[in-house]
Amino acid sequence: MTDLMPVLTDTWDADRSWKLAAYEAAGGYAGLRKALATEPGDLVQTVKASGLRGRGGAGFPTGMKWGFLPPPDGGPRYLVVNADESEPGTCKDIPLMLASPQHLVEGIAITSYAIGCHHAFVYVRGEVLHVYRRLLAAVQEAYDAGYLGKDVLGSGFDLDVTVHAGAGAYICGEETALLDSLEGKRGQPRLKPPFPAVAGLYARPTVVNNVESIASVPGIVAHGADWFAGMGTEKSQGHGLFSLSGHVTRPGQYEAPLGITLRELLDLAGGIRAGHELKFWTPGGSSTPLFTADHLDTPLDYESVGAAGSMLGTRALQLFDDSTCVVRAVSRWTDFYAHESCGKCTPCREGTYWLKQVLHRIEAGQGEERDVDLLLDLCDNILGRAFCALGDGATSPVTSSIQLFRDEYQAHIDGHGCPFDPSASALFPYTPKQSPALAGAGGH
Amino acid sequence: MTATTDKSTAAAPPVETVTLTIDEVEVTVPKGTLIIRAAEQVGIEIPRFCDHPLLEPAGACRQCLVEVAMPDREGNVRPMPKPQASCTMTVTPGMVVKTQRTSPVADKAQHGVMELLLMNHPLDCPVCDKGGECPLQNQAMSNGRAETRFEDVKRTFPKPIAVSTEILLDRERCVLCQRCTRFGEEIAGDAFIALQERGAHQQIGRFDETVLDFAPPPQGEPAEATFGSAAVTAGGQPFASYFSGNTVQICPVGALTGAAYRFRSRPFDLVSTPGISEHDSCGSAIRVDHRRGVVLRRLSGEDPAVNEEWITDKDRFAFTWQAAPDRLTTPLVRDRVLDAHGAVVSRGELRPASWVEAFELAAEGLAAARAAGGVGVLPGGRLTVEDAFAWSRFARTVLGTDDVDQRARVGSAEETAFLGHAVAGTGVGVTFGDVEAAPAVLLAGLEAEEEAGVTFLRLRKGVRAHGTRVWSVAPFASRGLARLDGELLPAAPGTEAEWLGILATRAAGGLVPADSDAAALGAVADGLAAPGALILVGERLASSPGAFAATLRLAEATGARVAWIPRRAGERGGVEAGLLPGLLPGGRPLTDPAARAEVAAAWAVDADALPVAPGRDVAEILDALSVGQLGGALVGGVELADLPDPEHARRALADAGFVVSLEVRTTEVVALADVVLPVAPPAERPGSYWNWEGRVRAFGQALESAALPDHRVLDALAAQAGVDLGSATPLDAHRAIAALPSWGGARLPAPVGEAVEPPEVPPGSAVLASWHLLLDDGALQDGEQFLAGTAKRPVARMSAATAAAVDVYDGDRVTVATDRGSVTVPVAITEMVDHVVWLPLASRGCRVHDTLGAAPGDLVRISPVVEPAETASGVSTSSTGTNEQGGAA
Repeated sequence: MTDLMPVLTDTWDADRSWKLAAYEAAGGYAGLRKALATEPGDLVQTVKASGLRGRGGAGFPTGMKWGFLPPPDGGPRYLVVNADESEPGTCKDIPLMLASPQHLVEGIAITSYAIGCHHAFVYVRGEVLHVYRRLLAAVQEAYDAGYLGKDVLGSGFDLDVTVHAGAGAYICGEETALLDSLEGKRGQPRLKPPFPAVAGLYARPTVVNNVESIASVPGIVAHGADWFAGMGTEKSQGHGLFSLSGHVTRPGQYEAPLGITLRELLDLAGGIRAGHELKFWTPGGSSTPLFTADHLDTPLDYESVGAAGSMLGTRALQLFDDSTCVVRAVSRWTDFYAHESCGKCTPCREGTYWLKQVLHRIEAGQGEERDVDLLLDLCDNILGRAFCALGDGATSPVTSSIQLFRDEYQAHIDGHGCPFDPSASALFPYTPKQSPALAGAGGH
Repeated sequence: MTATTDKSTAAAPPVETVTLTIDEVEVTVPKGTLIIRAAEQVGIEIPRFCDHPLLEPAGACRQCLVEVAMPDREGNVRPMPKPQASCTMTVTPGMVVKTQRTSPVADKAQHGVMELLLMNHPLDCPVCDKGGECPLQNQAMSNGRAETRFEDVKRTFPKPIAVSTEILLDRERCVLCQRCTRFGEEIAGDAFIALQERGAHQQIGRFDETVLDFAPPPQGEPAEATFGSAAVTAGGQPFASYFSGNTVQICPVGALTGAAYRFRSRPFDLVSTPGISEHDSCGSAIRVDHRRGVVLRRLSGEDPAVNEEWITDKDRFAFTWQAAPDRLTTPLVRDRVLDAHGAVVSRGELRPASWVEAFELAAEGLAAARAAGGVGVLPGGRLTVEDAFAWSRFARTVLGTDDVDQRARVGSAEETAFLGHAVAGTGVGVTFGDVEAAPAVLLAGLEAEEEAGVTFLRLRKGVRAHGTRVWSVAPFASRGLARLDGELLPAAPGTEAEWLGILATRAAGGLVPADSDAAALGAVADGLAAPGALILVGERLASSPGAFAATLRLAEATGARVAWIPRRAGERGGVEAGLLPGLLPGGRPLTDPAARAEVAAAWAVDADALPVAPGRDVAEILDALSVGQLGGALVGGVELADLPDPEHARRALADAGFVVSLEVRTTEVVALADVVLPVAPPAERPGSYWNWEGRVRAFGQALESAALPDHRVLDALAAQAGVDLGSATPLDAHRAIAALPSWGGARLPAPVGEAVEPPEVPPGSAVLASWHLLLDDGALQDGEQFLAGTAKRPVARMSAATAAAVDVYDGDRVTVATDRGSVTVPVAITEMVDHVVWLPLASRGCRVHDTLGAAPGDLVRISPVVEPAETASGVSTSSTGTNEQGGAA
């Protein structure tokens, strides 16, 4: 049995947990003081040794990413924190910044010191205005306390932090699109190479890291790489936030070592909605292939989830019970991807537009015999053909749901309609809209 | 006419190469080559839309996906997990590429992308301009599925958007390859359209409040009115580009179309003839597309050495002048009405005549005029080389005169000396490639974007590629200079020589005035000392005394090379042919007996037959005609309104004893002529221009025509006078040119001239600055309303201080006046030299020479307009009469 491991969430229940005083009372900023007395290169080495991997979804080793920066040339280099959390189901960074923003601020200070950055940026999703305001207040508190600004804690190290609100585009979570957006341009992914480590923000060496990754750094520095590496599994070390949502008794954030299983998490969360069985779930957000009850004991680490055919992603566990129509769920996700496709490349722009219409037709009972194979072939023409990973992500729910629930698709086609009652799966009183099939077709 | 290629520069370092395999064919290409280009080397065509060799890679359309495998560190060739865009990936040693020809994965990927591109594309190919020459159509056939599986609802847009009066956009045809927007950003630097919205709703658009969800436009003002001819920004510029037509040509579908050609033709009905643009001295390669004797459109040709694949909108769209309704089709003669004693009662009316009669009358009249003091020759600056040599030879042999000057613009004796000393007979000098490669460029009296559009593009290419430093001696920093990241060396008109002179002194290590900007001087002088640095001078420098002399001093002191970039297509060829007083063909000084002897031998006349003393320039010819010193004039394609003092020219030709005009269309000169001989426009004859590089730019005859080129007409006219001009056919004309060896003797002495102090500027006055805009009221843009809509509206530019002194504010209307007349235009406050007012030289409603009788450097009066601004156009012109004495000050 794996226990919860509250690190970032430890003080969320404290009085006014988001204030600097609460953070300091729990030992906050010990990591920064220790870091400022350490050689920057040693800090990079510590993070490498801790085994911390990017918590934004891809799982790239964070210390290695820092190590890609070219040697200092006297010009500026930047840290950009990706706080554009927008994936359906993913809801870890926003609560973290809301409940305990100083974890992130301290992490920014330590990381900036480690990589020689004097101006860091936080690109926060624009829709979450309350988080934006809380971050602004947190950064101001840190400035006032001397953790940011000129001569941080008397060390001679200068650091400015700019919190920037995006304008509401999923694509801006893609790191190069984020950089373009931060520069004031249209948010679309850049051609790589050059990679951000070489030419990122304003064409200068730039590290782009996820909120949770950076927020994990103070603990690593304060407690040591071994402390962090001691958690989790061999190749997926440390703690992570697991976000349970959907048909679960107690949805929320569960912080635990990587490698915990959904069965364990469900025990902690009170199980699936009373009277129902788990039907399918996403291990890492809507862009990761679906799992079913067969995967309840799959350790939630990068390797095990990958070996089981999905991705750990952002550990956004969306749980769907037996009242849910998989076609309907996938159709809604696809609506999201069609809406959020940036439009740059053909497969994602046109492919999601097409997928959306086919799924709406099937759901409305207007599907044709060939439609399921068409969906699979369309996904094959998008996956790996798009400019960035967003196009790939859009195909995951479609492909995996057909693999797992092809009969259910067929039932929609054969029965000329959806066999499920939409209100049964709702957690609140719900009246379905009229003719959902054509609402999105060709619509703008 | 020998140098037709770039001079080979120092031996280039060996190119580093990479060897790889594409579809089992080994190919070696320079390092850094993209896979898609390497495949072209071995004849493998990978379908593509967003890829364009002159634009930076985008990787947007994903049509060019191929399978790639690369050796790892141990040398094992490992396939990449996903197909790669061959337009974005550079080759690496040992790479193994499989295109659609050998890889089922690549083939399926391409078919998949093509299906996705086509699903929202309308099936309107039968009415689409691009149908028949459409990359989407063609590649859908070669690399697409036979049938679509898409049976859902297509994305549609209201059609079309008028991006400008000239460019229309059908968004539903667009495949969002971004070639047009990348052209605007990377090549022209004046992005006028951009991507908007996202996902399936992503579209190309111009600034549009409704699309971008801005506040609604003001009441009563339709959204369309903010663009095209009606819309003018605060700076007096329309929201349009001089190079917008290129986007139509590179659009891989029919999304961008030109208003003039839209729905006019099918590409397979067109006959294409390679041509050279007649609109500037760049010699841009074009393609003339015609059907049943009518030119329907012009496209950019491909010439990597000159214009690459770009031309200006003027090159592209301004061709209707050649077939204007006022085209001359037969010779015209004027029967003078005589009284009983044989005295002229009136000049009579022009009537059609046969060629025989016209030649007879012209030869007789010219002979009489020669006897009565001589004939002045004004050939104009738009001739082909063949014509220019014929004109030169006709003047010197048949007419026995050196009173010949091609300049229908402000010129000077100093300029003549400069051209004879440093330009004529020098062959290919500075090239477009040199412009691109130059580390530093000084523009003197040259507004590159307005006067030589593709030269501007090439300069900008260098600026973007390796940061060419650009300086411009001008009264203000134009938008073009800003897009070159250029710096202004501010100079009031007429005082350009001051900067050039001080720079020359600084570069030579001399003492410069204490009040000069030492830092700027040092930067420019050092910049020009770098190998490959250039000084580009334009026709405007002729209005600055001492400027050409200073230019040559500066070039000598820094080692920078000089190129003269005139505006008109024929001027460089005319300089070579000797269409300037004192200058025989090939840079031979007229006063040099050896030069005269060589020319006489080639022309098969006695050396004594050639004039020995330098003749009159344009102004002097007109003066002499006015007072009867000259008996007549032979005039080519000259617009009198282009001359510095058009009124003077009109009077002079009206007073002239006998005028022969060779013209394409009915002009003011035709109305004053005694004999009119119609000649062929460029589309109806073969010929060649010498561009400003000195490169011969030959073009073929596009349309069948009975019209005769100038050299043929002059040959026949000479024959009438008993002289063989040797230019009856194009081949003869070339032989006659080639008969002259290159000149090895002394050249004209270097120009001399001293900078003059700028004039005292009394209150209420300013010094006039002016130059031609690319799109203006010029005769060669007649009949093209869509193009005219993209021209800039005239404004008067002045500094805030100058405006304050006469109590006008930005946007107010101001009257600029001389004793001759006045123009009234809106004011555009501009950061510029004080006490200077700038007007476009020849725009609609603002003909500076014609209305004001003034030239750049002259004093003009400026005053606010008191009446409320009622005229919506904002432009008005008035003339205070035509009887006043005096020419340009």
